[in-house]
Amino acid sequence: MDIPYTVKARPDTGLFNAKLGIWLFLASEVMLFGGLFSSYILLRVGADPQTWPQGLLNIPVGTFNTAVLITSSVTVVLGWSALQMNNFAAYRKYQFVTIVCAAAFLVIKCGYEYPEKFKHYEVWKTDGTRVTGHIVSADVSNRTVRVEGGVTNVVWESGHLEGSPWLWSTKTLNGENRKVLSLKLHPDSTHYAFPAKDHHAAVKEGNETTHELEFKPADIKRLSAFVPAHSTYFAIYFTLTALHGLHVLGGGLVIAYLWGPGARLWKTDPQRYTNRVEVSGLFWHFVDLVWIFLFPVFYLL
Amino acid sequence: MEATTHAAPGHAVHTAHHHEQTFWQKYIFSTDHKVIGIQYGVTALCFLFFGYCLMGLMRWSMAYPDKPVAIIGPVLELLLGKDAAPGGRVSADLYNAFGAMHGTIMVFLAIVPLAFASFGNYVVPLQIGAVDMAFPRVNMASYHCYFLGGVVMFSSFFMPGGAAKSGWTSYSPLATLAERGYLVNGQTFWILGMVLLITSSLLGAVNFCATIIQLRAPGMTWMRLPFFVWAQFVTAFILLLAFPPLEAAGVMQLMDNLFGTSFFLPSGLMMGGSTPIPVSGGGSPLLWQHLFWFLGHPEVYVLILPAMGIVAEIIANNTRKPLYGYKSLVYSLLAIGFLSFIVWAHHMYLTGMGTKISTFFQTTTMIISIPSVIILTCLFISLWGGSIRFNTPMLFALAFLPMFGIGGLTGLPLGFNFADLHLHDTYYVIAHFHYVVAPGTIFGLFAGIYYWFPKITGRYMDERLGKIHFWLSLLFMNLVFQPMFQQGMAGMIRRMYNGGATYLGTDSEIGLAPSTIWWNKPISHAAWALGLAQIPFIINFFMSIRKGKKVENDNPWASSTLEWQTPTPPPHGNFDKPMEVFRMPYSYSVPGAGSDFTPQNEPEKAR
Amino acid sequence: MSDTHSIDSIKKHRKIYVAVFVALLVGTVITVLLRMVHFSAFWITVTIALVVATIKASLVAAFFMHLSNERKAIYSTLLVTAFFLVAMMYLFIHARTDVPLDTEFPASKQVPYSRSPAAK
Repeated sequence: MDIPYTVKARPDTGLFNAKLGIWLFLASEVMLFGGLFSSYILLRVGADPQTWPQGLLNIPVGTFNTAVLITSSVTVVLGWSALQMNNFAAYRKYQFVTIVCAAAFLVIKCGYEYPEKFKHYEVWKTDGTRVTGHIVSADVSNRTVRVEGGVTNVVWESGHLEGSPWLWSTKTLNGENRKVLSLKLHPDSTHYAFPAKDHHAAVKEGNETTHELEFKPADIKRLSAFVPAHSTYFAIYFTLTALHGLHVLGGGLVIAYLWGPGARLWKTDPQRYTNRVEVSGLFWHFVDLVWIFLFPVFYLL
Repeated sequence: MEATTHAAPGHAVHTAHHHEQTFWQKYIFSTDHKVIGIQYGVTALCFLFFGYCLMGLMRWSMAYPDKPVAIIGPVLELLLGKDAAPGGRVSADLYNAFGAMHGTIMVFLAIVPLAFASFGNYVVPLQIGAVDMAFPRVNMASYHCYFLGGVVMFSSFFMPGGAAKSGWTSYSPLATLAERGYLVNGQTFWILGMVLLITSSLLGAVNFCATIIQLRAPGMTWMRLPFFVWAQFVTAFILLLAFPPLEAAGVMQLMDNLFGTSFFLPSGLMMGGSTPIPVSGGGSPLLWQHLFWFLGHPEVYVLILPAMGIVAEIIANNTRKPLYGYKSLVYSLLAIGFLSFIVWAHHMYLTGMGTKISTFFQTTTMIISIPSVIILTCLFISLWGGSIRFNTPMLFALAFLPMFGIGGLTGLPLGFNFADLHLHDTYYVIAHFHYVVAPGTIFGLFAGIYYWFPKITGRYMDERLGKIHFWLSLLFMNLVFQPMFQQGMAGMIRRMYNGGATYLGTDSEIGLAPSTIWWNKPISHAAWALGLAQIPFIINFFMSIRKGKKVENDNPWASSTLEWQTPTPPPHGNFDKPMEVFRMPYSYSVPGAGSDFTPQNEPEKAR
Repeated sequence: MSDTHSIDSIKKHRKIYVAVFVALLVGTVITVLLRMVHFSAFWITVTIALVVATIKASLVAAFFMHLSNERKAIYSTLLVTAFFLVAMMYLFIHARTDVPLDTEFPASKQVPYSRSPAAK
């Protein structure tokens, strides 16, 4: 029992089944990302004035990622078109570039961009001002349990942390096992939160000695890394880019499978194989399409 | 796929399959649309029963608030713990959990899988003359996704804090904040379950659209499709485009629950304290409502359209004449499908929207009632002059018409924003939508089960038990839901675990009239009687599989549509020979024809 | 893939693909440079950025996804989808901005709820 039109097109619609299937699926994906973009618009329009962050994302890295995806998009279609001309070797080369681009995109995003965000902080001070920057060091007090001659003592020992910690929040300042006594923040020089600009200008002029700002927990109303919980801006940024990233991963895996183990089908049923490559390519282009909107919306606007 | 020979396009070649299938391949991981249809059907019926039981417990709490549930109270306490069911009573929190899960289970785990996936999977490929769905493996994946979603939903009852209890609508901030004691709780499971169910529906929707577009047999033009197939096609499109925004919203609410985001939590929100909860704020509860109802409204058309399709098939068959106004029916379907996407905010009239936007949605809501009325009218007129056979499927199909009529008409006051001010969130709403879904859709589904049972099993279901099932169900459905209109208009709001006793009016305080609250008791008794009325059906169903009267031939109802042109039950590959279609779907009582029906695949006689 | 393409037509398509690739890169550069230019109003920047993005997306859809010579079934699906997408976005925002007088959402404008009608 053979299902018709899996390889050859149906005359009146001019489509083979999988092509129609993927376009239908892409229509639903348009609604999925569209729903998220609509949410973004609503959240941004509804935000209090002056509270929507701008310029917190790394534009050169984002631009590079955009170029990477665009490149992968053209290699995918050149690869498919090479298959149409029966040039399997050329297809393999093009598709290899596609897979490398997909991997590069994910490595840059998950290996560099996201971790960078998790080490980047914003401090809301009790006087109402806000500063963003990297934590350079912190003086802490650790809860230690000492057993001396059968007597268990709980003491708080002071300590010092160097380097950028991950994912600290207001709760970290007053933890069960560690309290932060003071922290030193290196503020961003180019950012909307104003003490930073003034501070760096003051250092330049010699009025302040060090770039670092010191905070005590009493001054801090809220501390947050650039994580989803930081603000609706980062919440929607992470949600959209992570969902997009999952699609990059999925699409990349399918393309890699067809390039590798799935390539056996080229020998037995080349038309069918070409169709599969086309269908996976269509999905890949959609992924690129979403990024074409994601990039300016989050990084530039 | 293993095929190395290519069939000429358009012709389904029946190649013999020699490989033996294991039990798992044949019944659990099957890619055959008929097996998948039955899988969906059985699972959905189980969830329908479970959802009914939840309602039964809720009705106890409403009729006899704070009293231990009769007979099963101790079991309840044993299963759900002393916090949820102290002394066998339904606590307020437990009532809310039952309420939220009753709605979720009935809509997403029972009705949609039964109406769309089960009937659709089994019947649609047969009715269009295809050998299977376009993507059989995707079909299998869609069932297992659904099954997994069902498992997740069911197990949410046993999560710390109990199942989700913020309504099937899961409005934020309540949905995020109701159970803050546990990070991963019943609400989280609800969202995960919904994501799985939505994925299942999307895969199914792609499959249905592609199948109906691509795999129609030669000669099966669009205007020769049985109305049931059109209904499934429009339903599939609705699911395809309406579900994703809810999936997006679900992901966002999950982030709110697990990662402390504030997508739907506004700034400055306080929860029983004097300082705002420690989240970033800046979110919008209305955003959740928009995203939810963007799906939620098309969803209700998903609930009704397949049932309309089934009813149409059965009416044509049992009146022995074509449906009246086939073209109007089809265009009305398309209009409903399209309009259903732009009416959603009539669920949000009380959220403080301005008059311009309110009026827009009110207008579109009024407009969408027109194609619904057209469909109902065409079905009514189809009865005129018919040679009606009053078998059990026909009884259910006939009852569908006035029941859906009541449901639909009572929706009109809700569609007007000024009337909705009084009726929103009252029992009037519950009565309205239950009339549409319960004596509406479910009757259509019962009709379908009685109608297609002979094709699936080769045996009729017993007529006498069927008629008892029908009359009792009709009676009790009306006894349950009719008084709710009055309760709603008297001001009784939804989701009160003690049936409104808290708001009982006294001489000094305005409140609900005692007579309004009194009605809870007869309604509850009728609801339990409705459950008992299903026993003849359950017995009939299982008994007839083995002991039902055998069908005389492959086409026991003498139907003209293609699903009856197969052996009984249809084998793998469905048809003995490739199907070709020559005539319209309801070729009944055609003057000059040899018999009172002509199958669609019978060629024109040579003259 | 329904009809067989001649080698010449495929080669022509490949030239188009490369041209589109260059156009996409140029479009990206333009959008990034937008940040350097300060327009009088923010919405001008937004409009230009979105218009450029839409052009890039259309190029990808039309040529890479060969939508420009695709069939009616796909066109109609996408047209319907696009309509619903726009309707969703527009109506969400319009519902948020069309509110009765004296009821506004921003937190800065919120006053704590007070049972006493005198306290306003």
